[in-house]
Amino acid sequence: MNALKIKKGSSRKSAYELRDPNSDVVETHTLAVIVDNEPGVLARVIGLFSGRGYNIDSLTVAEVDHTGHQSRITIVTGGTPAVIEQIKAQLGRIVPVHEVHDLTVEGAAVERELALFKVAGTGDKRVEALRLADIFRANAVDSTLESFVFEVTGAPAKIDAFADLMRPLGLVEMARTGVAALSRGGE
Amino acid sequence: MERQMTGAKMVVQALKDQGVDTVFGYPGGAVLPIYDEVFQQNDIQHVLVRHEQGAVHAAEGYARSTGKPGVVLVTSGPGATNAVTGLTDALLDSIPIVVLTGQVPTFLIGTDGFQEADTVGITRPCTKHNWLVKDPNQLADTIHQAFHVSTTGRPGPTLIDIPKDVQFATGTYVSPQKARVSHYQPRMKGDTDAITQLAEMMEEAERPVFYTGGGVINSGPGASQLLRELVEATNFPITSTLMGLGAYPASGKNWLGMLGMHGLYEANMAMHDCDLMICVGARFDDRITGRVDAFSPGSHKVQIDIDPSSINKVIHVDLPIVGDVGHVLEDLLRIWKSKGRKTNTDALANWWKQIDAWREVNCLSFKNSTKTIKPQHAVQRLEALTRGMDRYITTEVGQHQMWAAQFLGFDEPGRWMTSGGLGTMGYGLPASVGVQMAHKESLVINVAGEASWLMNMQEMGTAVQYRLPVKQFILNNERLGMVRQWQELLHGERYSQSWSEALPDFAKLAEAFGCKGRVVKDPADLDDAIREMIEYDGPFILDVLVEKHENCFPMIPSGEAHNKMLLGEASTADAIGEAGAALV
Repeated sequence: MNALKIKKGSSRKSAYELRDPNSDVVETHTLAVIVDNEPGVLARVIGLFSGRGYNIDSLTVAEVDHTGHQSRITIVTGGTPAVIEQIKAQLGRIVPVHEVHDLTVEGAAVERELALFKVAGTGDKRVEALRLADIFRANAVDSTLESFVFEVTGAPAKIDAFADLMRPLGLVEMARTGVAALSRGGE
Repeated sequence: MERQMTGAKMVVQALKDQGVDTVFGYPGGAVLPIYDEVFQQNDIQHVLVRHEQGAVHAAEGYARSTGKPGVVLVTSGPGATNAVTGLTDALLDSIPIVVLTGQVPTFLIGTDGFQEADTVGITRPCTKHNWLVKDPNQLADTIHQAFHVSTTGRPGPTLIDIPKDVQFATGTYVSPQKARVSHYQPRMKGDTDAITQLAEMMEEAERPVFYTGGGVINSGPGASQLLRELVEATNFPITSTLMGLGAYPASGKNWLGMLGMHGLYEANMAMHDCDLMICVGARFDDRITGRVDAFSPGSHKVQIDIDPSSINKVIHVDLPIVGDVGHVLEDLLRIWKSKGRKTNTDALANWWKQIDAWREVNCLSFKNSTKTIKPQHAVQRLEALTRGMDRYITTEVGQHQMWAAQFLGFDEPGRWMTSGGLGTMGYGLPASVGVQMAHKESLVINVAGEASWLMNMQEMGTAVQYRLPVKQFILNNERLGMVRQWQELLHGERYSQSWSEALPDFAKLAEAFGCKGRVVKDPADLDDAIREMIEYDGPFILDVLVEKHENCFPMIPSGEAHNKMLLGEASTADAIGEAGAALV
């Protein structure tokens, strides 16, 4: 699993921001893109976003069908409705892209992210960190006398909340996987 | 049939099986095995260009004028990087070309080997798709896929990077029929409900206009035929982008001329005031729309395009129809006819009255001179003396390109080759070489400016070597005319670096290349010079010394709407505001 964060708002000056004055509301969408697992396919997708001035809030990619050579790229992106539609159309015309699903509009979806937090501290802070980890159903996957590594799984907002709580308790560093998402229901 | 052969042999075999008869290229270390195979066969003619950029533009000219994909063969490193401008040009103008590049052997990739470049990385954003082939068993299949991708859906350039050891290695050849059918199958048929809705809109429209583009030409001659039939049957006016000229004949009575920044007054006014805009295979480029928020404010807009990403990219359309122009027009005609061939004839008559009034403005008028050759006059004379001939026109980029688009008439698709989207100076001469290779007996003229022409002038050598009688019609104002015009209008007449100093003597240059040249500067000699150029049996450079400070009108100043056109010198003062100046 890969995680990649590109600074939000890095494309505020792109021409796409000037396009549709009628819909200025920036929405966050989660897109699932099914691609052939071939060399360069991720570069094509990322290059599309940077080349055309779109944002990537989070990106997750891994092979999901070994025999069919297919990977699933989950992208969380932001833009006005017109920009989101354009992103989907542009993704759709990349030759090794098979399907583009906008999980934000295609009905309910579950979104999960895994994160690791290294928290160092002693005394009350250490105890408090462990107590909060319990509330968040985080697992301690590494422990020394002065530190923990917690593993948390959940929606991005939950990860954000846990990070906010750990910061004053000695957060040293964190790693996030980016979002994996699936539509709800049997189809 | 499955056969064992080397990678190099497979390349040539695959090209033959794809029906390729001409390849434009330049050899080098990393493609020597392929060139060895090229040497040992006679089915495919290889045209040795003088620079790889020229090879790609020549392939584009070949492709545009034949409807078949153009093929390029170049070496690794600099061979590939020199092809990048041509690839980008082909991408923006949707031209089907297949570029084969050599690469250092697989075991050297990543070591900064001699003439190594990350070709697939560099060309990823300027191709429709590209491949690095590391397994000889995948090579033939990949080449067939490249032809499929280049020519299917919205056409475009593809590139295959072939390491030298793969060219030497033996593998299994597969024929095009056996090649893996790519999942890449864009939708051709438009949605019937949407097409029916368009037919209904056409019945009621009071001020309709067809706005057509290169997509009509890319869809094939059938699409142009259907468009003509539709225009004829509905009596709607029609305009076209630079890329679409010739899809509807310039001699047709419903023809308004080209639209856009340097388009005709009547075409732009019709676009601005229409109530139904039917966009057929065009993409609302910024040269077309001008100021987006004032673009055709009162119209319902319908867009027919094979590429879903073209829809709502710049201009929001009320009715999108995703599909191939030819397929959609066929259905549209059928549905509209079956509904009784109705149009709002009374309103249409009034609309034509309005259009005729705009036509009376005579926006292409210019003050002619008996002392100096006006560039517009030169193009007008070229038109008068070559109209009706079996003629193909290529252009470079700049004022001369716009004058050519305004004053030359095209009655058939595929007769007009110009760099529209990318605006590549240096396109015209190599493109004329490519066109002439495909149409040996036809008259091929490159309408050029002297500055653009110099950018790829080495290709005169190619023209002479292959006895290609291309005519180089250079409107020489010793200026970068369009840059100069913008500096006059936008930058206080400070002509920064926009003149051509130390120009060669083009007639002597022609002689040096082994062809013929002539300089003409007296308007009285112009016709004679053009006739000599046409009649000469071989490549010819005609250096037309024209008025140096002529501006190209009409013009929509950048950042303005269609109805704010400048018609001539008198209207240029303070025409472009601060916001407009920021746009290119």
